[in-house]
Amino acid sequence: MLLYILRRLVSAVSVVIVTLVASFALFFLAPTDPAGVICGPRCTPERLANIRAGLHLDDPALVQIGVYLKGLVVDREFETGGVVRECPAPCLGYSYTLGEPVTKLLAQALPVTLSLVLGAAVVYLAIGIFTGTMAAQVRGTPLDKAVVGTTLVLNSFPYFVFALLVVLYATFLPESGWTSFFENPFSWASGLVAAWVCLGIANAAAYTRYSRASMIEALGQDFVRTARSKGISKNRVVYRHGLRAALTPVATIFGIDLAGQLTGAIFTERIFDLPGLGNLVLRAFGQYDLPVLMGGVLVGSVVLVVMNLIVDIAYTFLDPRVRLG
Amino acid sequence: MSDQTSRVPQTVTRTARTRGGSEEAYLEVTDLQVQFPTADGMVKAVQGLSYSLPLGRTLAIVGESGSGKSVSSMAVMGLHDAKTARISGSIKVGGQQIVGMGEKDLEKFRGSGAAMIFQDPQSSLHPYFTIGDQIMEAYRAHHGVSKSKARTRAIEMLDRVGIPNPKRRVGNYPHEFSGGMRQRAMIAMALVNDPKLLIADEPTTALDVTVQAQILDLIADLQRDFGSAVVFITHDLGVVAEIADDILVMYAGSAIEHGPVEKILGTPLHPYTWGLLESIPALAGEPQPLHPIPGAPPSLLAVPTGCAFHPRCEFRSRVPGDRCTTLKPDLIPRTADTGRASRCHLKDPDQIFQTEILPRLP
Amino acid sequence: MTTTANARGERGAIPRVEGAPLLQLENLAMYFKTSGDGVLARGTKWVQAVDGVDLTVNAGETIGLVGESGCGKSTTARLITRLLEPTRGSIKYQGHDIAHMSERRLRPYRREIQLIFQDPYSSLNPRHTVGTIVGTALRTHGMVDKNRELPRVQELLEMVGLNPEHYNRYPHEFSGGQRQRIGIARALATQPKIIVADEPVSALDVSIQAQVMNLLENLRKELGIAFVFIAHDLGVVRHFCDRVAVMYLGRVVEEGPRDALYQKPQHPYTQALLSAVPDIAVVRGVPPKNRIRLVGDVPSPVDPPSGCRFRTRCWKAEDICAEVVPPLDEKAPAQRVACHFAEPPTESIVAEVPS
Repeated sequence: MLLYILRRLVSAVSVVIVTLVASFALFFLAPTDPAGVICGPRCTPERLANIRAGLHLDDPALVQIGVYLKGLVVDREFETGGVVRECPAPCLGYSYTLGEPVTKLLAQALPVTLSLVLGAAVVYLAIGIFTGTMAAQVRGTPLDKAVVGTTLVLNSFPYFVFALLVVLYATFLPESGWTSFFENPFSWASGLVAAWVCLGIANAAAYTRYSRASMIEALGQDFVRTARSKGISKNRVVYRHGLRAALTPVATIFGIDLAGQLTGAIFTERIFDLPGLGNLVLRAFGQYDLPVLMGGVLVGSVVLVVMNLIVDIAYTFLDPRVRLG
Repeated sequence: MSDQTSRVPQTVTRTARTRGGSEEAYLEVTDLQVQFPTADGMVKAVQGLSYSLPLGRTLAIVGESGSGKSVSSMAVMGLHDAKTARISGSIKVGGQQIVGMGEKDLEKFRGSGAAMIFQDPQSSLHPYFTIGDQIMEAYRAHHGVSKSKARTRAIEMLDRVGIPNPKRRVGNYPHEFSGGMRQRAMIAMALVNDPKLLIADEPTTALDVTVQAQILDLIADLQRDFGSAVVFITHDLGVVAEIADDILVMYAGSAIEHGPVEKILGTPLHPYTWGLLESIPALAGEPQPLHPIPGAPPSLLAVPTGCAFHPRCEFRSRVPGDRCTTLKPDLIPRTADTGRASRCHLKDPDQIFQTEILPRLP
Repeated sequence: MTTTANARGERGAIPRVEGAPLLQLENLAMYFKTSGDGVLARGTKWVQAVDGVDLTVNAGETIGLVGESGCGKSTTARLITRLLEPTRGSIKYQGHDIAHMSERRLRPYRREIQLIFQDPYSSLNPRHTVGTIVGTALRTHGMVDKNRELPRVQELLEMVGLNPEHYNRYPHEFSGGQRQRIGIARALATQPKIIVADEPVSALDVSIQAQVMNLLENLRKELGIAFVFIAHDLGVVRHFCDRVAVMYLGRVVEEGPRDALYQKPQHPYTQALLSAVPDIAVVRGVPPKNRIRLVGDVPSPVDPPSGCRFRTRCWKAEDICAEVVPPLDEKAPAQRVACHFAEPPTESIVAEVPS
C-alpha cells in the first residue's frame, strides 16, 4: 500500500510538472504582454523595458521555465526598482500586479474555496443521498416521479441563473462575505450559508439521481435477496446491504466532482463575492498575471491528482475486492 | 512429494436413495397462485400449485425458464414484494401460514423456519462484507447472542460444510473464496439457524461438474444430519436422479407430473417429461438422434387454454375431441399406481411410453 | 471436403498446402498480464491461460474441447479465431500460420473460420435487424452481389429454421433459441470450412438446447463443416463430436476418439470428470457406480504446479509428476494421454444403459 502511494505520488509529480510546463508554454505562445498591462496606458519605452527586465520577460522561455521550476525547491529573490524581496521556497513568483508572493495569495484564497466547496458538499451529499435512497425504495410511485422530475428541472437550469435567483429572491439568507473561521466561526458560517445553499441544492439534484440509480441497482442485486432471505429487518437490508453497495459509485463521482469544484467554483465565488481561488485566477487571467495563473494551474492540477489518489485509496476501503499494487 | 499415500482415488458410492422421513407434511402448498400485474397484462407465473413435503425428504422441482419453479419457491420463503406480486392459496410451513403473513412475522420466519440457497454464490453473497460477518448476521437475526458467540457459531458451521481452516477463512471476503467454497459458505449461512426447510434454487448450475458433485454430496449429507426437508430446484434431470426422493415437473406455471423420482424419470407419463428425456444426450451407448420438443415455452402473459402444453404436444391427436385445447387436465393418478400423478388427457400413457418413447430414448 | 467449397463457387478460397490438415495448433500458448501498470510497476504476473496446446482438426471433423472453468478452452477458441494473438506457438490453417498475421491478411481466413458465441443475447447488435446482421457478414466478405443479398439472407434464415420473412425483425423479437439460430446463420453466411462454437447451447433450456444441437448436426452433415465444439456438458459433447480433447489448467491432458475417451479414459482427471457427471441412467435400474471425488480446487493459472499440472489433486502423483511434464503420448490407438501413470479404469466410469 505504501509503495503504491509512493509510486502514485511520483507519477503525480510528473503530471503536475508536465501541466506547469505546458501552461507556461501556452502563455508564451499567446500574444500577451504582461509588462504592457503593468506599465499602464501612459507608458514610456524605457519603463516598459525596465519592467520587462525586472520580470525576466526578455529571457528565453526555457530559462524562465527553469527558474520557475527551480523556485519550487530553492528560495528566490526578486528585484524591482532596486528593492530586493525574498521569496522562500516553494516560491511561485510574485504577482505582477498585486506585488505579493503568489504563495501568499493562494494561501489566502484556498481556505475560502475549501470552506465553500466542502460546506456545499455536506449539503448536497446529505440531501442527494437521502432523497435518492428514499426515491429508489418507492420506485415508480408518484413520489418517486416527483423527485425525478424536480431533479431534472433543477439540472436543466444553467447554474448561474439558479445562483442569481437565489441571490435575488432568497433574501432571508444572511449576507454573504468572507470571514476566517478562526476569527469568528459564526460570521464564517453566516457569510457562506447562501453560497452553500446555492451550490448545495444545484448539486443535490445530480446526487439525488446518482444515488437513486445506484440504489435501484443495488437493491436489485442477488445479495440483497440473500439478505432478505436471512430474515434481517427491512431497514437493515436497505441501509446496511443496499446503501453500502450503492455508495461506492457515488463516492467515485464525488471525488472527481470535488476536484473540479475546488478550482471551478468561479460563478459561486463571483456571485457571492468570496475571495476564493476562482476569483483570484479570473482576475489574473484578465491582467496576464502569469505567476498567479501558474499558481492557479498548479493548485488545480495538484488537487486533481490528489483527489484521484484519495478516491483510489478510498476504493480499497469501500470495496475489498480492489487491491492496490 | 504428495501427501496422498494411497494410489486409489477417493470415491463415493452412489447409493440408492432410502426414503426417509415421516409422512406428515412439513411443507404444504395448496392451490398456490402467483401473478404479477405488468403494463402488458397479468403474468400468471404460478397457477394452482399443490404439493407437500415431509421432513427428511428431498423434492426436486424441475422445469425450464418461466415454468414457475423459482417463483413458487420464492413464495414459500415469503420473498415476493407484496406491492408487485399477487399471491393466493395456502403455503404452510410447519403449520405456519405464509401467504398473507405480515412483514414482521415473515422476518422472523425467513432464515429460521426456512432458508434458501441460490444459483450464483458469487452474486448472492455481499462483496463488501466478510463471509463470517454475513453468517453472523444471519445467526444474530434469530438469536440474541454476542458477536463472539455468533462468530464461534459461524466457524463451527464453516467447518461443518467442509471449509478447511475455518478460523482463518471466517475473516475472508467472498472474492477470496473459490466458486465451490462460496457455495459451501452459502449453505453454512442458510443452515446456521437450523431451519427445518431448505430451498436450494439451482445451487450447482453455476458450478463446474466436479465441484457440483462435491456440493450435491454435502447437501445430501447435511440433510441426513439435520433431518430437514429440502426443495431442490433444477433443470438438470441427472442431478435430480442423484439427489431427490420426489420430483415435481412444472410447465408454464403448473405442475404436470409429480411422484417418486424412479417412477417419474423411469416411466414418465406426460409428453412434456418424455420430451425432456428425449432432449438429453446420454453418456453411454451409441448416440441416438435427439427428439426435442418443437416450439418454445409459452409466454406467461398468454398461457394456452386447456392443457398449456398442447401447442407443442405430438400426442394431441390421440385424445379424442378438443379436450386438450379446451379442458385443463387435473393432476391425478393416471394408472393403478396412486403414488404418482400427471396432468394429461392421454388414455394409456404407460403403454405409449413403453412402446413408442422408451425405444428412442437417447 | 476442401474441394466442396470451391465447387460451391466461393471466391478466392485459401489454397491448401499439400498434406496439411485443416487446422493445426502447435505448442499454442496465451499468457495474460495481470497486475502492474506504469513505469514503476513491480511484480508483473502472467496468467498462463493456455500453455502449450497441440491439436489437429481435419476437414469435416468435429472435435470437442471440454474442461472446467479456467482450463483455457474459451481462450483457445479465441486464439483459433484470432480474436487474440498468441504469446507463443502456431495456428496453421490449411498449412498457413495465422498466429501473428496482420488484420488485413487475416481477412480471407476470417471468412473461412467462424465463431458462434455462448450468449445469444449479447452477441447480436440489438439495433440491427436480422437481415442487416446476416447481410453484413455477406457484404464484408463480398459473398454475393448486392441484388442477391436479400434472397441469400432469406435462404440462410430458412436453413437455420427461421421464418425467412422475419429478416426485418430485431433480435429482441426472437426467443433465446431463435437468437442462437441467428448467430448460426451469421456464421454460415461466409460459407466457412470450420466453425468454432464456444458453449453454443449452454445458455439454452433443455428442450431448446436439443433443437439447436440437432440443427448444428444437420448443418454439419449437409455442409461438411468442421467444428471445434466447446462445452462443459460432457453429454452434449459426446453427442456431437467425433473426437474429444480434455483440458486442465491450460493444457490438453487427454485427447482421443469419442468412444475410447468416454469408455476407457486413461488420464486421472478425465476419469474424475466423467465420474462426477450426474447420470440419469441411475433411475432406470443401472447399478450405481463409484464416483471419484477430487479434493481441493483448481490451482491458480498464475502460478501453476510444476511438472504435471494435475498432480496436486491426483491420487496417483509421485515425485516424477512434479519434475517432468508428462508428454501427450499415444497410449491407445489415436488416444493421446499426458500422464506418467496413464491406464484405463478398472471398471466402467460411465453407467451403461441397458438396451
